[in-house]
Amino acid sequence: MKPLHALSISEVHAGYLNKDFTCVELVKHFLKRIDKYNPKLNIFLDLNENALKQAAEVDIEIAEKGIDRELLGIPMAIKDNFLTVGISTTASSNILKGFMPQYESSVTGKLLAAGAIFLGKTNMDSFAHGSSTETSDFGPTLNPWNPEKLPGGSSGGSAAAISAQLATAALGSETAGSIRQPAAWVGVTGLKPTYGRAGRYGCIAMASSTDSPGPLTRSVADAALITRVISGEDPYDATTSPTPVEDYPSFLNRKDLKGIKIGLVKEYLMSSMSEDVKKLILDAADKFRELGATVEEVSLMDPKYGIGVYTVVQRSEVSSNLARFDGIRFGNSRDTFCQESKRRIMLGTYTLSAGYYDAFYKKAEAVRTKMIDEFAEVFKTFDAVIGAVSPTPALSVGATKDQPMFGEMEDVLVEPSSVAGLTSVGLPCGFVDDLPIGLQITCAQFQESKAIAIADCFQRNTDFQKFPDLDKTL
Amino acid sequence: MKITPLIGLEVHVELETKSKMFCGCPADHFSKAPNTQTCPVCLGLPGALPVPNKKAIESCIKIGLAVNCSINRLSKFDRKQYFYPDLSKGYQISQYDEPFCSEGFITLDSGKKIGVERVHQEEDTGKLQHTNLNGEKVTLVDFNRSGVPLVEIVSKPDMASSTEAKEYLKKIHEIIRAIGVSNADMEKGQMRLEPTINVCIENESGTHYTPLVEVKNINSFNFASQAIDFEIKRQVEEFEKTGIEKTPTNKTTRGYDAIKKVTFLQRTKEEAKDYRYFPEPDIPPFIIEDEVVEKLRRELPLLPHQEISSLEKIGVDAKDAKILVSLQNRVAIQIIHDYSDDNRVEVNKLASLIVNGKLDPAEHVLVQYEKLTKVGNTDTAELSKIVQKIIDNNPGIVAEYKKGKTNVLGFFVGQAMKETHGSASPQALTKILKEKLDS
Repeated sequence: MKPLHALSISEVHAGYLNKDFTCVELVKHFLKRIDKYNPKLNIFLDLNENALKQAAEVDIEIAEKGIDRELLGIPMAIKDNFLTVGISTTASSNILKGFMPQYESSVTGKLLAAGAIFLGKTNMDSFAHGSSTETSDFGPTLNPWNPEKLPGGSSGGSAAAISAQLATAALGSETAGSIRQPAAWVGVTGLKPTYGRAGRYGCIAMASSTDSPGPLTRSVADAALITRVISGEDPYDATTSPTPVEDYPSFLNRKDLKGIKIGLVKEYLMSSMSEDVKKLILDAADKFRELGATVEEVSLMDPKYGIGVYTVVQRSEVSSNLARFDGIRFGNSRDTFCQESKRRIMLGTYTLSAGYYDAFYKKAEAVRTKMIDEFAEVFKTFDAVIGAVSPTPALSVGATKDQPMFGEMEDVLVEPSSVAGLTSVGLPCGFVDDLPIGLQITCAQFQESKAIAIADCFQRNTDFQKFPDLDKTL
Repeated sequence: MKITPLIGLEVHVELETKSKMFCGCPADHFSKAPNTQTCPVCLGLPGALPVPNKKAIESCIKIGLAVNCSINRLSKFDRKQYFYPDLSKGYQISQYDEPFCSEGFITLDSGKKIGVERVHQEEDTGKLQHTNLNGEKVTLVDFNRSGVPLVEIVSKPDMASSTEAKEYLKKIHEIIRAIGVSNADMEKGQMRLEPTINVCIENESGTHYTPLVEVKNINSFNFASQAIDFEIKRQVEEFEKTGIEKTPTNKTTRGYDAIKKVTFLQRTKEEAKDYRYFPEPDIPPFIIEDEVVEKLRRELPLLPHQEISSLEKIGVDAKDAKILVSLQNRVAIQIIHDYSDDNRVEVNKLASLIVNGKLDPAEHVLVQYEKLTKVGNTDTAELSKIVQKIIDNNPGIVAEYKKGKTNVLGFFVGQAMKETHGSASPQALTKILKEKLDS
């Protein structure tokens, strides 16, 4: 039998029903692993002290009624920007150190309603400002594959929790790459839903116009299940869509990809990309052909424009979203913002200032519209576009030092799809220097089912979803 | 030298919706225990998001329609950013360049049209209380008002005197009350006024405009009028002294001291705020279809000027019609219309009796009317009896009258009025009294 920490959601449920183990046993198992590995990896910032009590309740429920909730007894790791009643929420910032939320975020509320058990809150870049977890005020998370490397970010803690097998599934959020990029660097699956698919209420805002909550998981199948749970119109978030939520797990297990047309984005195979990474992407393209899909090169706007647009829009929104942390009613004073947050507040304040608004924000919005139109045009012909998530494997701890645009350079390949509000699955497609490399499969808005079907077919027909042996890597 | 004041007005009106602008908290905040009507949204807690109140937006559009605005098909909310402890999010959700309503007007009694530049939707802030707590000077914040829907009506600088400004304000006030979106109670702060004033001076050296002055947060029509008059005088004097003219950047903000009856400087251009407006990303833009606008237009009641003319048409005196409409005495207006075809009643008399408080329109109108008109005008025999009784009971005062102290007549009239419960006409009484006393 597989160890308890290596089970998928459906395997956990099968184990409960077979009475192979109880929920209390599973939660205890994870808490023990967290106790052992967390001091080294710095993945969890705070643990849910009621986890075992909740697990005992789950065991009673299963004994009485079986499993009639989708995530019943599934131990999860939650990114620290989601407000969770009873577990402190800081967005990895000193300004919110010790903050106890007064209300539950919409998506964590849905996860709880589906029966999930939160093990704890995971480290992230402070206020999600970064792609490494190095901007966290509580120290960086380390990459389970190699503790000298970064896990990526901003959902680095949640991604590493899956890679290190410290939880069955995890919740993250992506503004531009914050799910897919850490998933790629630690070698797990991450799904960024369409903007407006899952509610943002209770998710500490980074860039309001692109923030999207989404899962980090052991497989596309697990991601499909969690995406179904967290999706749907949120009465507390006016930007969520009334588009009906599809039954994502029903799109899994597709035999082949016949009839699927995939675009390989030319501009995303950048010259600065290492040959090894490029080769893995071209190999993946061949794999898709082998599975029956047609793969053709397609041209999109140079991704560098994505950086420009994203930087202006996101900094502007950040400067505004962080204004409420005025140190009067909750939290610490504003000087406890980390350097990166301060930098973003300054830049955003500047781009919104009288006389600069037209030159920066308005122009960025215009380019953004152009990017959205361009993707729409591509998706008239193609079901999905693919490319690398990140031009490099995980970089070394300390790499962000003196590089204020570090995140943007790392996220160059994921920012255009985020700016356009598309859905995308990131999943492992091989290794370079013993570090995982991520592939992204991006589809049009609200085409989660298509992205899931394609990603799942690829994943089941390849063998890249691996987990490090922590006793060897650490 | 010719002086022409240019006066514009910004009027803020708190809407009386059930819930606040962007959350489910009750909007009625007046004299509620502090911070009892709050939630994550209006407290601006981390992660909280605004969801717009449809009813409030409809009210805003109704106000726009009532002041003859066109309703923009495309609108959006924007963030207006500044720091103040009563502003929970660090920004106010307002409308910048795409308000719900623009380009309307209000017609004054003179026929002059005052342009309305825009009517837009925003949210109110919390309230600060400066007080003493355990011997310490403290400032407390009450967020009950935070997020209450606020509509801002911005006029063009078309008014040329405080009288015109006051008339414009009264008309806005009547309209708001007539369409039922707010009581616009000035004492409760439901309607707040901010005049912007400057003066066009034409003299031998040409035409000059004095710098713009905005006077903040006035809560009475009279204070607004006084502040405007004070500013006109002050600006002319200031110009004569300094010759400083208006530039695109030298607008200042002043407050009004109602006790000293003066305005005082609050903020100069060096301190002018840059609000760093940008589109509110948490609320998608609005497309308001013509059908929605037409539906709201149909829901509008008769507006004050329409109601006044409908009363005049059935014979009510213009003066009385205006009073009835400005008091928004719905029952009375209805009763007067109901009796307009009844030949037992003269509509102008009925209206005047109601306006003078003699006839209660909520009681048996016809009975009251007949009694009042009978006693007051026809039944002199009855009055004569009453008057005789009073004369008989007060021989001393009668003696004084006979000595030439004619002002005691007022005493007799008063007594008679008391006796008739105010239903007699003072003129008729005086006539009878004089007849009897002089005989």
